[in-house]
Amino acid sequence: MARIVGIDLGTTNSLVAYMKDGQPCVISDRHGRTMVPSVVALTDNGLIVGDSAKEHLTRNPERTVYSVKRFMGKGLADVQSDLTYFPYHLTETGGVIRIRLGQKHYSPPQISAMILKELKLRAEAYLGESITKAVITVPAYFNDSQRQATKDAGLIAGLEVLRIINEPTAASLAYGLQQRTQGTIAVYDLGGGTFDLSILKLKDGIFEVLATNGDTHLGGDDLDRVLVDLFVAEIRDRRGIDLSNYPDHMQVVRLEAERAKIRLSDELKTDVAIELPDDKGRFFRELTRDQLESLTMTVIERTLAPCRMALKDAGLTPKDIDEVVLVGGATRMPLVRQRVETLFGKPPHCRLNPDEVVALGAAVQADILSGGTTDMLLLDVTPLSLGIETMGGVMSSLIRRNTTIPASAKEMFTTYVDGQTGVDIHILQGERELVKDNRSLARFRLKVPPLPSGVPRIEVTFLIDANGILNVTATDMRTGQSQSIEVKPSYGLSDTEVERMIEDSFKFATEDVNARKLIEARLDAESLIKTTDKSLAEAGHLVAPEEAEAIRAALSHLSTAKDGTDSRAIRARMAELEQSAKHLNVVMLDASLKKGLQGKKVSEVS
Amino acid sequence: MANDQSSTHPVPRRQLQMARSMCWHCQSEVTGEYFCERCVKVQPVSKETDYFTCLGFPRRLMLDPKTLEAKFYELSRTFHPDFYQTKSAAEQTISLSNAAVLNTAYRTLRDPIQRAEYLLGLETGSVKDIRTSPPADLFEEILELQDTLEEYRASDHDADEGRRLRDTLKTEQQTLERRKEEMESQLRKLFVAWDKLQDAGEATSPARAERDRILKQMRDLLSHRTYINNIVNDLAVTIA
Repeated sequence: MARIVGIDLGTTNSLVAYMKDGQPCVISDRHGRTMVPSVVALTDNGLIVGDSAKEHLTRNPERTVYSVKRFMGKGLADVQSDLTYFPYHLTETGGVIRIRLGQKHYSPPQISAMILKELKLRAEAYLGESITKAVITVPAYFNDSQRQATKDAGLIAGLEVLRIINEPTAASLAYGLQQRTQGTIAVYDLGGGTFDLSILKLKDGIFEVLATNGDTHLGGDDLDRVLVDLFVAEIRDRRGIDLSNYPDHMQVVRLEAERAKIRLSDELKTDVAIELPDDKGRFFRELTRDQLESLTMTVIERTLAPCRMALKDAGLTPKDIDEVVLVGGATRMPLVRQRVETLFGKPPHCRLNPDEVVALGAAVQADILSGGTTDMLLLDVTPLSLGIETMGGVMSSLIRRNTTIPASAKEMFTTYVDGQTGVDIHILQGERELVKDNRSLARFRLKVPPLPSGVPRIEVTFLIDANGILNVTATDMRTGQSQSIEVKPSYGLSDTEVERMIEDSFKFATEDVNARKLIEARLDAESLIKTTDKSLAEAGHLVAPEEAEAIRAALSHLSTAKDGTDSRAIRARMAELEQSAKHLNVVMLDASLKKGLQGKKVSEVS
Repeated sequence: MANDQSSTHPVPRRQLQMARSMCWHCQSEVTGEYFCERCVKVQPVSKETDYFTCLGFPRRLMLDPKTLEAKFYELSRTFHPDFYQTKSAAEQTISLSNAAVLNTAYRTLRDPIQRAEYLLGLETGSVKDIRTSPPADLFEEILELQDTLEEYRASDHDADEGRRLRDTLKTEQQTLERRKEEMESQLRKLFVAWDKLQDAGEATSPARAERDRILKQMRDLLSHRTYINNIVNDLAVTIA
C-alpha cells in the first residue's frame, strides 16, 4: 500500500509527519523548519504559502490569508464578530464563506488545500516519492460541516483523505506510544483558534475516548486580541492615532502582540515596540507577565467549563484522571498550566512538544490504517448530538453526543397525506431543544411512492463513520429497495463544486509548477551572472581577448533570456555560459592557488 | 425485533442462526462466528442478531463490566474500520456497519438499566412500549411536588418564600433519590432471580409462571424508576 502521511492542518501552523522504523517523525524543510505557517498570500508572482507568505502579512495584508481554519464549514453570519479583526475581504456564496484575493474568490477549503499542497510537496521532496494519501487532523469539537470542509480541502489538494482524526486523540496516540501508559488521561488542547478537552481510557493498546468537549472559537488568537485591543486603545490615548482607520496596519499590532505573549511564557516582563503608520515613529511600552495574565484570565477561564462538562459526561471527577496532557502552542503559557493544575489537582504532563504531538499522532494513525501498527486502536466519539427536525421546530435526537463511532440510528418515515410523494428531512447537530438553536447540517427529500397516507414505510439510516462524518441511506421497507439520497449541505460545498475545484486545482497545478520553475531558473541565472562577472573582473586579463568577448556575449544572451518567461531558454543560456566560461574558471583557480602558495615553503604545502 | 424470539433457550438459538448463514463472498456455509472459514472474509452481523448474541453473552442481567469491556475491545479489534482500509470496498462496508452495531450493543449492555430495558423488549415485545408511570403510592405526593415546583419557578428566589420553597424541594429531592435507590436495589434482586431461572433452564409451567412474574415486576419497576429519575433531574436543574 502506498505511504500515508499524517497532517496537522492548524489554525496558525501546519505540519506533516510519517512513520519511520516504528516511530513517528515530523518532516522538515531544507532549513530544518518543521512548521509551515498556515498563511497564503497573493503576490505579483502568484500564490505563495508558508514562511514566505507570512512576510506578506504586514506588507500586503488585504491579500494575505491567515487563520482560515476559523472559517471552515461556516457561513458569513457565523463569523460576524471576527470580521473587524481580519484585513482580507469576506463574502458568502451558497452558505460558504469566500475570501477575495485579487480578482478571484476562494472558499476556505481551497485556501486550506494550498497549505495541504505545500505540505504534500514538502513530504514528496523529503521522501522522494509521490504522496497521494493522508490522515488529516481536526479539532475534536468540529461539527459535520467543518469535518466535511476539511475532507474537501484534501480532495482539492490531490490527497485521498483516508481518515479525519481528532487532534486531542491524535496527541494521545503519540503520547501513549511513547509513555506506554495505562489509565485515564485528559488531553487539554489549546491551539491557535480552537479548544478541545478529551478524556480517554488507555488499556492494552485500546484508546477509548470517554467524552470530549470544547469550543471551536477559542484559542491563542483570542489571547492576542486582548493585547491588540489594549495596544490600540493606548496608541489612541497617548499618541492620538486611531488605528481603526488603518486596517492594513492592524497586522503589525497583532504580530507584535503575539510575539510579546510568547516571550512572556519565559520572561517576567518584556518590551513592546509597535511601528506607527504615516512615519509617526514607534509606540513603546513595557508589558509584564502579571499584566498579561490579568488581561487574559477570562479567556483562559472559558476553557474550564468544557473541561467540567467532559468530566461529567464521562462520569468522572478530577481525581479519577491519572494524567493531564497538554497540546497546542498556547499551553506554554504559565497561567494555562496553573489553571489546568488547579482544576485537575495534578501538574500537567508537558514533556512532549505541544506543537508537534498532533502531527506525530496523525502519522501513527496513518500507520494503523496502512496495516503497519496493529496493536493500537483508537475508539473515538462524536462530539455533538445528531438529530432531525420534528413538528413544532423541535430537534429529536438520534445519536447522542459522546457516542462511540462508527454509530448508527434508524428512523422509520411515512406519509400523512394520501398520494404524498416526498418527505422533507432536516438534519441538525447540537445540544439544544429547539431547531433554531442548533446547527443545521443538511436537508434532503425522501422519495416516497404515491400511496394512501401511512402506508409507505421508508427506513432511513443515519451513520456517523469513523471520521465523524454523517452518511445517510434509505430503504423502502415494502420493496426492500434502497434509494440514493442527495443531501444538500447547509454550510458546505456541493459535490459538483468540489469536483470543479479539484479540476481547477489540477489546471492551476501546471501553472503553479511552471511559475515555480521560472522563479528558480531566474534566481539561478542571477547568481551565475554575478559569479561570472566577478571572474571576468578578476581574471579576464589572463585569457585570450576573443575568449573574454565570447563570455561577455554569452552573459548578455543569458540576461535577455532571464527577462523572458521561458525557464527552459534560461537553463539553455546558462549551460552555454557555463561552457564558454569553463576555461576562465580553470585559469582563475590556478591563479588563486599560485597566489596562495607564494611565500610558503614546500614542507608547508605537502 | 420480532416477537417470535422470546425463546427461553438463548444459547442454542444462536448456533441455529449462524448455521443458516452463507458467505456473501464465496457462498459457502458460514459456521464460524465472524469470518468465513473458507475465504476468511468478514461476515455481516445479521439484522436479527440481538445485542447479547453480538457480544457473545447469554441473556443475563448481572454482567461483569470488566468481562463486557474486554469482549468489546476484542470485537472492536475484529471489526473496526481502521483494520479494513486495505481490504475491498465490500469488506469495508461490512466492517463499518458491524462496528456500528457493536458500539450500540456495548452502549446498551454496559448500563444495567438500559440492559434490563433491552432484555425486556426482547422477551416481551418492543421496548418502546415501556411507558414511564408514577408509582401508585407516590401519586398524590408527586402532584403536590409539581405544584410546589410551579410556585417556586414563579417566586422570587432570593426572598424568604423562595428560600422556603427551595428547602422543601431539596428535602423532596432527597426523599425521591432514596426511593430511586430502593427501586434499584429491588431491581438488582430481580436481575439475580432472572439469571438464576435462566441458568436452571427449566421449561416447566411453574418456571414459565415465575419468568412472567419477574418480567412483569421488572417492567413496573423500570417504568417507575425512570419516572422518578426524570423528576429528580428536573428538580436538580430547577434548584441549582
